[in-house]
This record gives sequence, structure tokens and C-alpha cells, in this order.
Amino acid sequence: MTMLKEGRPTRPVALAQDKATANPTITGNKALMLEEALIFEIGSHETTGVDIAPAPQVKSRLGGLERRKPIALPGLSEPETVRHYTRLSRQNYGIDLGFFPLGSCTMKHNPRLNEKMARLPGFADIHPLQPQSTVQGALAVIHELAEWLVTLTGMHSVAMSPKAGAHGELCGLLAIRAALEARGDARSVVLVPESAHGTNPATAAFCGYAVEDIPATPEGRVDLAALKARLGPDVAAVMITNPNTCGLFERDLRTISEAVHAAGGFVYCDGANFNAIVGRVRPGDLGVDAMHINLHKTFSTPHGGGGPGSGPVVFSEALSPYAPLPFVEKTADGHVLIEEETAGEHHAGSFGRMVAFHGQMGMFTRALTYIMSHGADGLRQVSEDAVLNANYILRSLEDVLDAPFAASGPCMHEALFSDKGMAEGFTTLDIAKGLIDEGFHPMTVYFPLVVHGAMLVEPTETEGKAALDQFIVALRSVAQRANAGDAALKGAPYFAPRRRLDETLAARKPVLVWTEPEAVAEAAE
Amino acid sequence: MSRYFTDEHEWIDVDGDIATVGITDYAQEQLGDIVFVELPAEGAKFDKGDDAAVVESVKAASDVYAPISGEVVEANAALEEEPALVNSDPEEDGWFFKLRIADTAELEGLMDEAAYRKFVAGL
Repeated sequence: MTMLKEGRPTRPVALAQDKATANPTITGNKALMLEEALIFEIGSHETTGVDIAPAPQVKSRLGGLERRKPIALPGLSEPETVRHYTRLSRQNYGIDLGFFPLGSCTMKHNPRLNEKMARLPGFADIHPLQPQSTVQGALAVIHELAEWLVTLTGMHSVAMSPKAGAHGELCGLLAIRAALEARGDARSVVLVPESAHGTNPATAAFCGYAVEDIPATPEGRVDLAALKARLGPDVAAVMITNPNTCGLFERDLRTISEAVHAAGGFVYCDGANFNAIVGRVRPGDLGVDAMHINLHKTFSTPHGGGGPGSGPVVFSEALSPYAPLPFVEKTADGHVLIEEETAGEHHAGSFGRMVAFHGQMGMFTRALTYIMSHGADGLRQVSEDAVLNANYILRSLEDVLDAPFAASGPCMHEALFSDKGMAEGFTTLDIAKGLIDEGFHPMTVYFPLVVHGAMLVEPTETEGKAALDQFIVALRSVAQRANAGDAALKGAPYFAPRRRLDETLAARKPVLVWTEPEAVAEAAE
Repeated sequence: MSRYFTDEHEWIDVDGDIATVGITDYAQEQLGDIVFVELPAEGAKFDKGDDAAVVESVKAASDVYAPISGEVVEANAALEEEPALVNSDPEEDGWFFKLRIADTAELEGLMDEAAYRKFVAGL
């Protein structure tokens, strides 16, 4: 008897890359990645996971307006329901699963300590209408965080209630409008540089201002001469994103602020990219009048499906009297919430209120935890490492991807590439889809608009060198395939639950409501 | 009939006092697949440079400016049903709107076809 020498085969036989699509399984499942139907397509309307006693016969008082057909709720048992959502969750991709280099979004790790603190009952199980004496701890958190934000930005005051970045922009512009109205100055124009965030012109238009573009220089910064030439008595504000969407620091911001102030306008800074400068630059020193801070970016609170945003707005001394209510003040008797009834002459110029209560309490707790666990020196290292990581990516890939502003000096927290140099017919979208096959969430694509086929990579400081190196290897390979015109790349992704989607058809003829097959059949008859 | 071009990548066909306005092939190429076009109402009056229409592609939404002053006499209803016409035939069937020209002097200074092609080549 001879021994079986082969043993268990541990190496796959060489397979053609498209084997998976050439030989689909009969179930549609790919190994243990399971295909999942819509919840309306599983179970039946006649079944239910819950036993409820039949409703007693009652005489209807709806006068003939009763529902004639059952509402067709999905009828699933508990295990079917659990499996449905667990399977769907496996098709999701998040920061806890892998590298998420979505430029402009700052998808950094959300520390678990934040979560632990936010779940303390004294913060989690309270109600905004409770007597203030019973929520002193929560008010202290709001006040302490406000102090940190004012100190880190070198500003005068902060409105904590805005609930996200764009909400913060609205808050800032409303304060600017209130300040202008208070001095009887009707100004109608807001200037927005091309290198600003896309929400900025939308906010200005929403506030009733006419929006005018200011061009970018070939280096990717605000064209100072063009901006100065446009300033005048009709300009209410300039909205500048710093660092800007080209990933560059606006070196002339102080000069810009002086010119805007001299012309009687205000400077709004989009602080979504504060992550790149926190602990190193104080926007107050640059002449900024209002800036929102995305707690869900710079201060690590979850976002993108994981939690609500939070966008406190810091104000200069000139705008502080117009900031919204409420805010928390520290007195000898403890923390006091200043609202309409209590503000009085003390804060008579306030433009009003942004939200019903006090803002995103859960995010305040998480952000303060993050700040206190890092300390001032830790926050300084955050911005250093974020910038270092982005420059590592920029310099590691600029030989295979066109980096339009590579010569403008070091980038800040994000590296920007364009589609220049790819083979005929190959686009940024092909790179994004190829990256999905390689197991990476793609970077932000086609934004900012100032760069053709833009790819904006923001690694954040929470990735180590090993993760960055893996990403660089993957993106380098995909970029080389696009440059060489590898036709297979046009078919990517091959391994995702769905192949390449027809985004144009989805936008032109969106199907937003599931219709029962019987209803579809009936309609066809 | 003569055709003019603007540096905002619009073309204008002038026939008597009526101007037909659309976006150029270069513009549709830059925008990518167009999914929605918002057209001005008949009778709307625009000054040169006003936002007259909106074109939305899978990549971005952009304003289309009134290249000259005038009153809208017709909008291309076909685009509401089939915005893809702007991609497939931007400089003919994919026209946006027709204006009754307020001031023909505004046509001076616009580019002709040769000048526009040269302008695009330089971008």
C-alpha cells in the first residue's frame, strides 16, 4: 500500500480571470457571498413572524374609506429577517472593513472610546426638555467642547447647534446677512472660488444671494487679482474652502480677508478640511469671520450611514452678536442654557434658531472624547500625519497618474490626480471600478470640477504605512492597465455583487418603487 | 443663416431676428451622459449672461447662459423626453431654446466656427 502523496490540494488551478462570470452558479451565489432578493420578494404576505390574535369584528366608522386591499407587508420569520439584513450588511463597505480613501470626506477611524462615552446613561438616556439641573453633565460637555473649538480655531464664539456641514454654511451666511442688515447694508453677491466645495454656491443661492465664480490659478489656488478686482459694495461675503478642494493650502487667505474686510464684506471659510490644519493653523488668525467644523470629519464622529453629521460654526468678534441660539454659559451656579426667554439684551442680535433643541448631543460627546483623548499635542500630530500620508500617496503615484498640482508644492490632506495620460477611451470611472475588484473603496471621482476626470484621494491619518502601500500597489496596477489600454479593465468590476451599473439609465429612468409582479402583469394586460 | 459661438461653449444660429441656442459638441463631451435638461418657459426674458437653462449629466449640473439678450419664443420639448439628444446631436436636434433677439449688436464679438475650433484646441 502506498501513501497518498498529494494530500489536500492547497493551490488553485490556474483559472481564467473571467471564470466566475463564464460559469455562473445555479443559485447566483458566489461561494459564501450570497445573492439576496428584495425583502418584498421573500416570504409571502400570508405569513408572519409574529402571532397576533385576529382583530375583533368592529363596525367601521370610516364611511367607505376603508383600505380595500391588504398593504402587502413582507411576511418573514425571525431567522429569515435576521439573515436578510445580515446578508445585505455583508455587501456593504465601511471604514471598519477597509481603507476608505474618499477625498473631501475624511473617512477616518471612529475610535471605540468615543462610542463607550456616548453610551454612558448620563449622556445617552436624557431628554432635551429635562430640567437643566438634571443635565448639568451634558451641558458641561457642550460647553467644554465649545471652548475647545473656539481655542483650536482662534475665533470668538461658536454655535453648536448646526447639524451638518451645509447646515453650518447656512448658519454662517445667515449671521453674515444679519450683520449686514443690522448696519442697513443691502449686499446681494457672494463670491465663491472654483476651488471651493460644491455646497458653498448652493448655500449662498439658498440664502438669496447671487453667486459669482472666482477663477483658480494654474497652481490650483484662488486667483487673488481676480478676487480683488471683483470686490465692491455689492459683495456680502467670500466663501473659501481652506485647504481647498485641490488639496492645497490657500496661502493668500490673510491677504484675501484684509481685502474683503476693507471692501465691507465678510469671509466665510468652509472648514470641512480642518483635519489638515488642526493644531497648526488658527483660522481666526487668517481673518476668517465664520467657519463650520465637521465634527464628523475632523473629530472622528461616524458618518456616511454610520451616524448623523454635526457642524458647529465658529464666529469672529464681528459676527458673534448675530450667532444663533441656544448656547451654554458657565456661571457660578453651574451651566445655563441661554435660549430666547433668557437671552434678552444679552444676545438681542441673534438671527434666531437653527434647530429645535441643542444639536447632536451624541456627536458632541464623541468629539469631546476624541479631543480629550488626543490632547493638544495629539491633535497637532493628527494634521501632521494626515498631510504626510496624502503626500506619500501623491509622490508614490505621480509617475503613473497625472498629478496636475504636483508642482504647486506639498499637498495637504488629499492627493489629486487627473485622467490625463490614460489610453484612448479609458476614463477615471474605469480606474474606480478596477479598484473595487482589488478590494478598495474608490476615491472621490470627478470632483473637484476644475480637474478633468479628477481622482481625489484622502487617506487620513488613521491608516498605517502597510495599508497605504497596499493601496498604492493596487492603484498603480489599475492605472498602468488604463494607461496601456487593457480592454479587460473596461469590464470591471468582475467580482462585486453586481457588475458595472448603467448610471445613465439609472439617472434617466430611475425605478424608485418596487411593484408586485402581479401588478406589473395586470398593468401589461 | 449664420452660426456664432461663445467661450461658454454655446452655439447660436441666427435666422432673421430669431436665434437658436444649443451647447457645442465639446461641451457635451465634457459633461458626459446628459440625464436632464431644464428649459426656460416661453416668454421668459433674459439679459445676456443670465442663467437660461440647466443641463445635468451623470457627472455634474451646469447652467446654460443666455448668450445674447432676448425673449424665449420656443424651447426644445424633445429634450425633456430625450435628454440624450444633447449627447447624440448637440449642434442640430439637441438645440435648447429659441430667442427673439433684443439687440443684434450683441452678436458682434462672438466667435465664428473657425475661431471657436481654434479656441477649443487651445484648451
